[in-house]
Amino acid sequence: MKLLALDTSTEACSAALSIDGEIKQHYQVAPREHTHLILGMIESLLQDAGLKSSDIDVMAFGRGPGSFMGVRVAAGVVQGIAFAHSIPVVPVSTLAAMASVAMQETGQTQVLAAIDARMKEVYWGAYCQDEAGQIVLQGEECVVAPEQAPVPAQGEWLTAGTGWASYGAIMRSALGERCVGSLPDCFPSAEAIARLAISAYQNGGAVTAAEAVPVYLRDNVASKPKSAL
Amino acid sequence: MIVLGIESSCDETGIALYDSEKGLLSHVLHSQIELHAEYGGVVPELASRDHIRHLVPLMEQTLQQAGLTQKDIQGVAYTAGPGLIGALMSGACVGRSLAWALGVPAQEVHHMEGHLLAPMLEENPPEFPFVALLVSGGHTLLAHVTGVGQYEILGQSLDDAAGEAFDKTAKMLGLGYPGGPILAKLAVKGVAGVYRFPRPMTDRPGLDFSFSGLKTFALNTWQKLQVECEGQTEKLEQGQADVARAFEEAVVDTLSLKCRRALKQVHCKRLVIAGGVGANQHLRQQLKAMVKKEGGELYYPRIEFCTDNGAMIAYVGCLRLMAGESKALSIDARARWPIDELPSIRD
Repeated sequence: MKLLALDTSTEACSAALSIDGEIKQHYQVAPREHTHLILGMIESLLQDAGLKSSDIDVMAFGRGPGSFMGVRVAAGVVQGIAFAHSIPVVPVSTLAAMASVAMQETGQTQVLAAIDARMKEVYWGAYCQDEAGQIVLQGEECVVAPEQAPVPAQGEWLTAGTGWASYGAIMRSALGERCVGSLPDCFPSAEAIARLAISAYQNGGAVTAAEAVPVYLRDNVASKPKSAL
Repeated sequence: MIVLGIESSCDETGIALYDSEKGLLSHVLHSQIELHAEYGGVVPELASRDHIRHLVPLMEQTLQQAGLTQKDIQGVAYTAGPGLIGALMSGACVGRSLAWALGVPAQEVHHMEGHLLAPMLEENPPEFPFVALLVSGGHTLLAHVTGVGQYEILGQSLDDAAGEAFDKTAKMLGLGYPGGPILAKLAVKGVAGVYRFPRPMTDRPGLDFSFSGLKTFALNTWQKLQVECEGQTEKLEQGQADVARAFEEAVVDTLSLKCRRALKQVHCKRLVIAGGVGANQHLRQQLKAMVKKEGGELYYPRIEFCTDNGAMIAYVGCLRLMAGESKALSIDARARWPIDELPSIRD
């Protein structure tokens, strides 16, 4: 199976091509340059593999949470490519992808992933790796004030992501000595998204191009006027 | 050449297929008016979110209507500016990537060039050169159009766009959202001559516009009227219609006078009106009469192509792609993009 994954949800921009589980990735931390880089990254991955876009079997993307514009860029690019060839798409949580990156890097199996969501909030998700190697969400993903972050009462956890860089002092107090390490500059990667997408695809987690839309978590983005004028 | 056009610069998602040989093949539009109504104006983030949900389903519908598939698309054009950056970016990401995946060229289209050339989609299109009045919620512009990409700006609004003044005045009168068309409907019930509003910037030479003072004049008149008519609902309702009438007349008179001036200045007989306010019946009638008196001819697109649409984008994209232009493998969108920076193309 040939799966093409991409992520533009945070400061990092990446694309990865998995051919029967063997993954090659282009990755660059380049804020505000994602729209200039992403298609070039994809094209070069395909060229190196001697493939055309029509050879791709499945697409995957970081569906959020993250920068609103960033997750839409990934969704839009995936929609364009998947629509062109009528191929399925696997939306993958960017928080899960971060947890996967952190686990890969450290060998830890329990990760609290947090992305700085601005407006004094973080996007939050707790993940554990099960015996089969699957990364499983504990509870729900949410957008929350650092003071209210649902830090688990038990277990040892690795903390990962820009949320911890911005609000580590507040959020880590509930964790105390159960914090086994910190990766504050951890970003999602297309490689991690590809890994997660392969198993999700096998479990029927694919959607159509039309259904490949972002998950923002923050949905209260405008206030309604109290009265006319 | 068959070109798919994508428009997503503000609160409408428009998709169309244009064939250089057969003309317009199909077009569909999704309007977000209801989405923004409860906020009393377009919320940019909500607009972007809505575009990314609707682009693919609308593309499917457009292809189906034309009896074509993705593989029949020979070029993809999308609005790259000016407009709301997030909204534009949604369409640009989908459009540029679609073109890349299909292995066909992509073309960025200037939203206002789309409007200016929209009358070319009609059966009796104007020949170059012509004077174009572009009036919408975002723009009020007079241009001398001598060819595709040859736009000399003769005048523009120094403050509110004409459509914006319509919408804001409607809001002050408590008419709902979007207020412009509601105000125009109410104006029909108003009695001409009850109020006389100023015709801004007509007492001096030049082709620029200013509509924000007119809006304030309407507000003052309306507030005074509300005090005078306290407890007299019927009288107040008629007064509201009279204010709407006076406001619309002032805007229409001003636009008409500047159009006549523009035609004389560049020695031109053909006038084109485009943009959402171009759908205003009173404006169309008055411009038609003015142009006839001057011995010229008036051109305008069908009502559905006055407002934002994918057809005008597919059309302009097709013209420019056929002229050999195309967009590199990068995705861009511009909130601001002066129309006189566009390259001209030769037939």
